[in-house]
Amino acid sequence: MDKKNYAEMVKRYSPNSKIFSNCLWAFFVGGTICLIGQILTTLYMKMHFTISDARLMTSVSLVGLSAIFTALGWYHKIAKRAGAGTLVPITGFANAVVSPAIEFKSEGYITGVASKMFIIAGPVIVYGTLASVIYGVIYWMSRRF
Amino acid sequence: MYIKYKNSPSITAWASVVGKKESEGPLAHLFDECSEDDYFSKDTWEKAETEMQTRCINHLLHKKGLSVNDINLFMGGDLCNQITSTAFSMRDFGFPFLGLYNACSTMAESMIIASCMVDAGYTDNAIALASSHFCTAERQYRTPLDYGGKRTPTAQWTVTGCGSVLVQSMGKTSFINSAQIGAVVDLGVTDTNNMGAAMAPAAADTIKKYLKNSNTKASDYDLIITGDLGEVGSALLKDLLLKENIVLDNHIDCGMVIYDEEQKVQSGASGCGCSASVIAAKFLPEFEKEKLNNILFIATGALLSPATSMQGESIPCIAHLVNIRSKKETKK
Repeated sequence: MDKKNYAEMVKRYSPNSKIFSNCLWAFFVGGTICLIGQILTTLYMKMHFTISDARLMTSVSLVGLSAIFTALGWYHKIAKRAGAGTLVPITGFANAVVSPAIEFKSEGYITGVASKMFIIAGPVIVYGTLASVIYGVIYWMSRRF
Repeated sequence: MYIKYKNSPSITAWASVVGKKESEGPLAHLFDECSEDDYFSKDTWEKAETEMQTRCINHLLHKKGLSVNDINLFMGGDLCNQITSTAFSMRDFGFPFLGLYNACSTMAESMIIASCMVDAGYTDNAIALASSHFCTAERQYRTPLDYGGKRTPTAQWTVTGCGSVLVQSMGKTSFINSAQIGAVVDLGVTDTNNMGAAMAPAAADTIKKYLKNSNTKASDYDLIITGDLGEVGSALLKDLLLKENIVLDNHIDCGMVIYDEEQKVQSGASGCGCSASVIAAKFLPEFEKEKLNNILFIATGALLSPATSMQGESIPCIAHLVNIRSKKETKK
């Protein structure tokens, strides 16, 4: 048995992810999180905040809620089904920071919590920042002409 | 390497301790201790695994009425880096200790070496043990426990469990007749969420070599028990052996019996504690009840680390086999 033939055999025996039901879960759970975000924005605007302040406070509120859900051990239970629905919104980012912070508390606040906090979110920050710099340069150049 | 033990040492006692999820599974009534608390009353997961091992060893000693000083040799391991769970549990016992690591095949590896030591007459008893803890393994190999991620259908669930056996020179049943030390096999699987597929070729290789060396057929055995291939790995094992004209219709996988359908563990269970706790809780007692006479126990291990996986390496795997019989083979 060579590696190529075996790879084909493995493919045949390994079930694929249920894309359709995964998409439905992601759509509805992700959509619900966005709906909560919209409700919060509307509420904040009713409280006479400016639109940019209301949006900022919505993000902060969602991050806070996600951190609480993660700490209570609820977030990963929802994510087990929701997949991308809980990963893509800002709540997923909060979960990616809070979960290692909780996990590595046993290794201390400096060598554990602080140093391991960004093991999952770190790449998002690094490449997100890099992408925004590149975008900024392109935008600056395009304005010159 | 094929080993035919001259004096067939016997497994005279066995013990198993498991965590919460395993306590909710179909084998719950068979384990010596089911803990509702995965922390085992400790404050870190690593301490919890050590405590689980300590309890398992105490159950084993208690069953035979032995004290710590009666044990001449102890060997075993776990999945933590530097097998610290086992080394730390040894602090309190003070047994002469050989720490072993062959990933999830550690139980079979330990049983083989313990039997060699007893068979050769260097000691008249030895303990073999293996354990794994979902939480220590998960944080080391994958993501934090509270991280929200979706498991693929081929993923396996690491068992929180520990199994140990006492190998002695004299016993009434469950004699270790022969063994096959496996070789590393790697057919290029890189997906760490499909360990069963990575390990199946190693299991097939060891079984094939053992049957040839012992001049027996698969159908000669009551059961052929693999450690933690899960659904995908088991199906692949059967197909791989079929290509070698070996029909495996008496196969059972420990990773497919410890949890039930409702526990949603995708392809099945994994971890050294899977095969160790299931062989100790489900199969060895069957020899005493005279329901089993002749089995093959093959524990399989994926010898990867998070670093090798991130570097894109494929997963080298290994399988060790132990043949356990109810009667000593009479010399022809």
